[in-house]
Amino acid sequence: MKRSAALVLFSVGIALYCLVPFLWLVLTSLKSSAELTAIPPKLMPSFHLGFYRSALQNYGLLHYVGNSAIVAGATALITVVLGSLAAYAIARFKLKWTNFYLLLLLVVSMFPQIAIAGPVWIILDRLQWLNTYQGLVAAYIALSLPLATWILTTFFREVPGEIEEAALIDGCSRLQALYKVVLPLAAPGILTAGLLVFIHAWNEFFFALIIMTDPTVQTLPVGIALFPGEYTMPWGEIAAASTIATIPLVLLTLIFQRGIVRGLSAGAVKG
Amino acid sequence: MSKRFGAAEILKDISFEVADGEFCILLGPSGCGKSTILRLIAGLEQPSAGKILIDDARVDSLAPRERDVAFVFQNYALYPHMTVFDNLAFALRLRGMSMNDIGPKVKEAARLLEIEELLQRRPQALSGGQRQRVALGRAIVRQPRIFLFDEPLSNLDATLRASMRVELARLHRRLKATILYVTHDQAEALTLGEKIVVLDRGTIQQIGRASEIYHKPANLMVGRFVGSPQMNLFAGKVDDNGAILQCNATRLDLAGLLQSAPARLAGRSLTVGVRPEDFHVADDGQGWISGEIDLIEDLGSDRFLHVKCDGIHVVARDGRERSFGPGDRIGLHADSERVHLFLDGKRIEP
Repeated sequence: MKRSAALVLFSVGIALYCLVPFLWLVLTSLKSSAELTAIPPKLMPSFHLGFYRSALQNYGLLHYVGNSAIVAGATALITVVLGSLAAYAIARFKLKWTNFYLLLLLVVSMFPQIAIAGPVWIILDRLQWLNTYQGLVAAYIALSLPLATWILTTFFREVPGEIEEAALIDGCSRLQALYKVVLPLAAPGILTAGLLVFIHAWNEFFFALIIMTDPTVQTLPVGIALFPGEYTMPWGEIAAASTIATIPLVLLTLIFQRGIVRGLSAGAVKG
Repeated sequence: MSKRFGAAEILKDISFEVADGEFCILLGPSGCGKSTILRLIAGLEQPSAGKILIDDARVDSLAPRERDVAFVFQNYALYPHMTVFDNLAFALRLRGMSMNDIGPKVKEAARLLEIEELLQRRPQALSGGQRQRVALGRAIVRQPRIFLFDEPLSNLDATLRASMRVELARLHRRLKATILYVTHDQAEALTLGEKIVVLDRGTIQQIGRASEIYHKPANLMVGRFVGSPQMNLFAGKVDDNGAILQCNATRLDLAGLLQSAPARLAGRSLTVGVRPEDFHVADDGQGWISGEIDLIEDLGSDRFLHVKCDGIHVVARDGRERSFGPGDRIGLHADSERVHLFLDGKRIEP
């Protein structure tokens, strides 16, 4: 009894430690301008929605949300499709270099972004893809595909080969076996990989900053970072925009929670 | 046909035929290549050389789905995301059959296997035996040209295995299906098989009916592998113009055993095999070979005496005429017409 109470206290402590900055942000977004600058600082806001209105109207927040949704959605979709095909091949076909190739993928996914930023910018410039959705999406796919492929490979390896062989004998072609039997069974993994890629693309700042200099195509993190003007620091609007930026991720994670948990723990425990 | 994986030769130029409607068993120790044969026939592997014919037409270049065979896997390989009904209906749907035709077919197969009340469940809600039935049903519902069974009963407990064995035999009689069945369990092979193909290390050792395999094993491997407890083997050199088999330090009376001395074998290395049930306890305690009872194995229906005879371990079935205890000295006789002789590993007639 004592131990479990201590455990609960410890867990709550950790959760608070992680959540307090975010909580502060949310509380800030609900304050009025006067409350924001009050000294001493006020903890509880008056649930004023002025900053949200201002962020939406004066700073064009929805426009950034739209850009982020397009970029992150396209990145996640294309990455998962390409990653699934690659992972399926790696997991199923006995190829000579499979393990070396997987290692290479892992190494590539560890490259610091700063190391490839220059070349990526030059390539996109030559393609005239700077300030375009496809430019940023292409860069994101390159960044997330190795890790997604790695994750998906472990999932496809979990699907017993015999189930797929049964499908082949029952009358499936290879592709039919893939989408009628293997994909449904690997769904938690695909969901997990897709969500991780989506979250990464949604949050990514550095590439978005250097590739998207035109405000009409900028994504949320860049857009919010550029809220401050020469003489203003709109803390309230930044807090409101950041809160809005977080909501889709929280919702997605809650909706797919069970699948993700299954996904992340796969391989550790045999279902 | 032959099959190699890299440098490893799994099947070495094997050839056999299965008649229409025949229940054919591929029997052999694990790793002998028997499952590979099934996978080759199903099209899950490609032969390195040779050909596979079904109904006189070559199929070895066809995809698995074009061969019209059904495969029952050792661990069932049911589709976990589908109900039992959908598992059974899957192949029929792929063939574009209408729901009106599929329903009755699935129900018929389910009725045959007594799994009608399980149709709406998913595989993880079934017991091992039920899963096995569903796996069978998935094969039956398709009415394929050949059923391929890969050790389908090996994951079941002993009681269930015995009852499924009987059921499979009944099913075969009713469906008149052509079945190729892989097992390493000789009891399964002997009870089910109309034809048995014994394999070892990628080559066929013997093809024959159960009684032939048991009573006339073609070579030492078959003799040793088929039968439980194992055949007693006495390996040694033939001496004294065929009268004596020098087996380690023991001189065994070969002429007495065969009721004639095989003079042509003098000087050769010979293995004599006697099945445990072909030994009889001698009344005078002497017999052809004698020794001390080491252990008595009582299986209820049978009782086996493990006898130590000068360093040779002999197992004999006890006719239960007399009662023995460990430590008793007994002599054993063997039926001369039921003795097996192997020269260079191959069966010879005395």
